[in-house]
Parts: sequence; structure tokens; C-alpha cells
Amino acid sequence: MPVLMANSRRELDTQQFPWPIMLATPLLAVFLQAYLPLRYPRLDVFDLPLLVVIYFAVSRRSPIAGTLTGAVVGLLQDGVTHQPVGIHGIANTIIGFLAASIGLRIDVDNPITRMLMIFVFTLVDSFLYLVIVRHLIAEQLAWSWMHQIVRAAVNVALGLVLFAGLDRTRVRD
Amino acid sequence: METFLERYKNIMVLSAVLLAQFLGLAVQVRTPAARGSDGKGVRLLRYWVVAMMSPPEKVMSHTGSGARGFWGNYIDLRHTREENQALRAQVEQLRLEQAAILEDAKQGQRLQELLGFRQKYIYKTVPAQVIGTGGSDQSRILTIDKGSKEGLKRDQPVITPDGIVGKLVEVFPHTSQVLEINDQTSGAGVLLEKTRMRGVLRGNAYGQPQIINVLPDDRVKPGEKVVTSGGDQIFPRGLAVGTVEKVVSDPDREPYVDIVLKPAANLQHLDEVLVVTETSDELPAATQRDLAKSEAAGAEEVEMQRASDILAEKLPGLQDPNAPPPQQGAAGPDGVDLRPLKPLTAARPDRFSPSEVRPASQMTPGKAAPITPSQGGSEVTNGNAPVKRPKKPHSDGDGTISSDGSTKPAPHTNQDSFIIPGTATGPDRPLVNPEKTGAEKTSAAIAPAAGAASREQHQ
Repeated sequence: MPVLMANSRRELDTQQFPWPIMLATPLLAVFLQAYLPLRYPRLDVFDLPLLVVIYFAVSRRSPIAGTLTGAVVGLLQDGVTHQPVGIHGIANTIIGFLAASIGLRIDVDNPITRMLMIFVFTLVDSFLYLVIVRHLIAEQLAWSWMHQIVRAAVNVALGLVLFAGLDRTRVRD
Repeated sequence: METFLERYKNIMVLSAVLLAQFLGLAVQVRTPAARGSDGKGVRLLRYWVVAMMSPPEKVMSHTGSGARGFWGNYIDLRHTREENQALRAQVEQLRLEQAAILEDAKQGQRLQELLGFRQKYIYKTVPAQVIGTGGSDQSRILTIDKGSKEGLKRDQPVITPDGIVGKLVEVFPHTSQVLEINDQTSGAGVLLEKTRMRGVLRGNAYGQPQIINVLPDDRVKPGEKVVTSGGDQIFPRGLAVGTVEKVVSDPDREPYVDIVLKPAANLQHLDEVLVVTETSDELPAATQRDLAKSEAAGAEEVEMQRASDILAEKLPGLQDPNAPPPQQGAAGPDGVDLRPLKPLTAARPDRFSPSEVRPASQMTPGKAAPITPSQGGSEVTNGNAPVKRPKKPHSDGDGTISSDGSTKPAPHTNQDSFIIPGTATGPDRPLVNPEKTGAEKTSAAIAPAAGAASREQHQ
């Protein structure tokens, strides 16, 4: 496990991004999440907004920034649905906070860390969504843990590519 | 104090953000969308999000459809001519079918008027392109590229030629959101076509439309069609909804069952939809013109059929005892007459009745076989006693005279050709059952001129 832990100051540095990237990436993620399933319905298994929240939260290593990023992206996601506003907002807020908190302690540039992180956070997000939909707004929800595991694995694959792409947009010292 | 805030600021920010969202959620759940539109704040949020998302969605959709249109219009035109001909033939066929059911429809309208029921017809529609989805498998929402500027309003029905899609739940100036019929918060009044059971349609957790809270009924079978009932005051009556896929028990509401449907419209792949912006008690002018055209075609057909019937009555010899009884009950399982409008293909393409040759099991060795028309004579029946007519050189225009006086049929060019009543006036006339089947009647109707000419000759 020491491989996964941050052991140098460089690994614990807060990453900075140009503000257009910080602004455009969440919007693009929500847009693609709404547009792609129209042409390819099976792509609704991806959760691009969640991946963006995880990435920016762990990169900036600030729980407050992670919380706010999660809240904003989640509320944007709720805006294009017909569900009550706040379902994705609450789930992504919690994920943003957790991801930022963990990012303070581990090396988030390590691919294995990233894989584990995306997998676990996708499952946690699904669980939060289940609790909110079933117990807070009392709606029916078809649920299969196997489907959620497959979904998490698919998002891990997409996340690795996405994170590598976003790494290139970092502001270098 | 400063230390406390500094120490717990992360948790406090998280709690504050979560609390705000929980409160917002609670307010929204108290006033569900089914009872009305969203609150002002929520609507504003949706408006801004859709306003941000819709321009790129429109660009992507129009670019995609432009590319597909280019492909379709300029490259993939290889079979257009054949398709055009086939479609023209289909239009003619449908016109005849429409004429056939027009009388029933008119009678239905008269009865509805007597009952004071006003049928709503789709009068005006606005075509729209689907540019986005809700992005969640729990929210069956579509975004379309038309809004209030194009005359769209909340709760207007959205359909495709295949069936209903949903209704408008949010209308913005240039875009709108459509709630699909398979969403859990949707609702539509529906009617099972055969069993005439009414119910409320709603989506289930798996994204399938289902009729909820139905009492168990053995008559409901998979495959039965479901149409809109018009009771919801949103969807006009009689639009296709889907077909019954299965009946499942509802564990929460015993003994009620839910009827799961397969939607008629392909809700997974929707490119273009129609928003019904206006309904009327009268049919649109274009439809009325089309119906009048069909009615004229139908009247012409009835006239031709009548002529052939008169001809058949005046030729009592055209009876074949071996012919199968007329198919009065050629009806499908749902009672619909399945007789085709086009003549059936002959069992043997010999231009004559297929029933004239006896099967081998009924023949006696050593006895002469009955004379068939193709052998130069004809066995014309009069009641039950067969009467042999002498051979006589004859040509009715369709055949050629052989050296022994027998008539050889002309080369057969079309498998759908048939006996034209009135053309067989001589001894070689073929056997025709005066109680013709629908197919024969229709085929007879196609050659009125020949029939009329021969009738005059016969008289």
C-alpha cells in the first residue's frame, strides 16, 4: 500500500487549472451525458459528470472546492432531467468532499490509485443515488448490484483516459 | 472560536451545502411535478441549464441530420424509382382499403353524434427534432428544438406516426422538454383495443410503459393492441400506444395486476417527433380531400362490383358444385375480414377453375375421365347433373383454335389473371362460382368494360 500513498511534497501539491478548463469541462460533461445517449442509448452507463467531479476534487485537494464542484455539477445534471433538483446534487456533493479528503493523503497520479478510486466512488455514488431515490423521494428504482459493478468498471476505463487527457491541461510551475 | 471554525470549516461547508439541497428537495417532493409545474426557482434553474445545453445540442443534431440527409438525398438514391412505384401501388391499395372502411367510420361518427360524443381529430402538428435526453436512466426526458415561439404549450401531446411518445412538461422559448410515456411520473389514459378495458399508463422502474392497477382478466393476452382513450384530455382518442407484452402481478396492490406494454413508437431511437398543437371536432381539410378521393374510388369499385354481380346472376350456368363453399367467415382471430382485395394466385396457373379436375382417388380405372375445358369440351353443371357439351370450334378472343377444333388457352402472362365474367359465353366458358369469394369479386371488378360488352352480347 505504500505505493499508493503520497510520499513526496510534489505528489501532495495542489494542481491548478486554467479557468476556462475549470468552467468548460463540467459543462461539456453534462452536455455529453445528455446528448450521447440520444445517438447511442447504451452510453448512458457512463457518468461523465461524476468523473469530472472526482478528478477536480482529488487534483485540487480542497474539500471545500470539492464540495462546491460536486454541488454545482450535480445541480447542472439535475437541471436537464425531470427529477427533483438535488438528487445528483447531494450525491455529487458528498463524492466531491470524500474525493478531496482522500486526495490529501494519497498519490492521485498513480494509475492503480485512480482505478481503485474511480471504482469505489462510482459504487458509492450509486449507493447514495439509491438511498435518495428510494428513501427520500420514495420512487421505485430498478437495482442490480451486478449492473452497478459493471458500470463502475466501465467508468474506470473511461476515467483513466479522461484523467490522462485532463492532466495535460494542468498549469505547470 | 476562530480555531473551531478553522478546524471544522470543511465539514461545516459540506453540511451547509447538503442542508440547502435537502431542504430544496423536501419542498419539491411536497409539490410533485405531477400536480403542476416546478416552482419558480427550480424552473429558473432548468431554464438556465437547458439554455446552456441546447445550442450545442442543436448544432450537433443539425450537423448530424445534415450529414445523414446528404447521404440519403444524393448517394443512397439507387432504389428510389422502384420504391416510388411500390409506394404508388401501396397508396392505391390503401385508398381502396380506406374506401372500404369509410362507411363504417361514417356510421361510427353518426352514432357518436347521437350519443353527444365529440371526437377530437389532430388538426395541426409542429414537427420537431430531438436534440437531447435527460442523461439519466431514471428520467425519461427528451429535449426538442421547438418552444413557445413556435406555439408549443405545456401538456401538449408528442407523437410519431408509429404511436405516442409523451407530453410537453417544460416549454422554454426555443426548446421544450418531453416527458416520455415510460417515465415513472408520466400518465396517460389508455384503452385495450379488443377487451375494451380502460386504464392509466405509467412507466415502471425498468423504463417500460405499463397499465397499472388493473383487475386480473384472462382475456388480456400478449399482442393485444393498446390505444389512447382520450380520457386524459391530453392525447386524442385512438392513437397507437403499443401492444401487450406481459401481465405481471402487483405485489404492493393485491389482487391488481400491471399490464406491461411494448411501445408502438421506438422510444430508444427518436430523431423527429410531432407536437400536436391543435385538435378539432372536424377532420383537417387535407384529410377530408383525401377521404373524398378515396370515397370516389370506392364508389367506382362498388359500381364495377355491382355490374359483375348482375352478370353472375344472369348466367346461372356458371356454377361449380365442386367448388369450395364461399368463405363467409374468412375472418381472423380478432374478427377482421382477412380476404385480400387483390385476387388470390391460382393453385395451378391454367386460367380455369382449379376445382374441375378430380383427384386421382375419385377416378375409376377404365372409365373415361371427364372432359375438361383444356381437352376441347366443358363440363357445365346444371344443378347436380353434369352436362357434356359437344366440342365446337370456337375462339373467344383469348385462345387459339387448334386443328381438332379445341381451344388452346392463350399464353398465360400474369399469375394474378382471373376469369372475367361475361367473356366466356360459348361452350368453352370456364366454370365460375356465382357466389364469388371476395377475391373473385374484386378481380371481377377490375375488368368492367369486358364484362359489360359481353353482357350485351349475351342478352
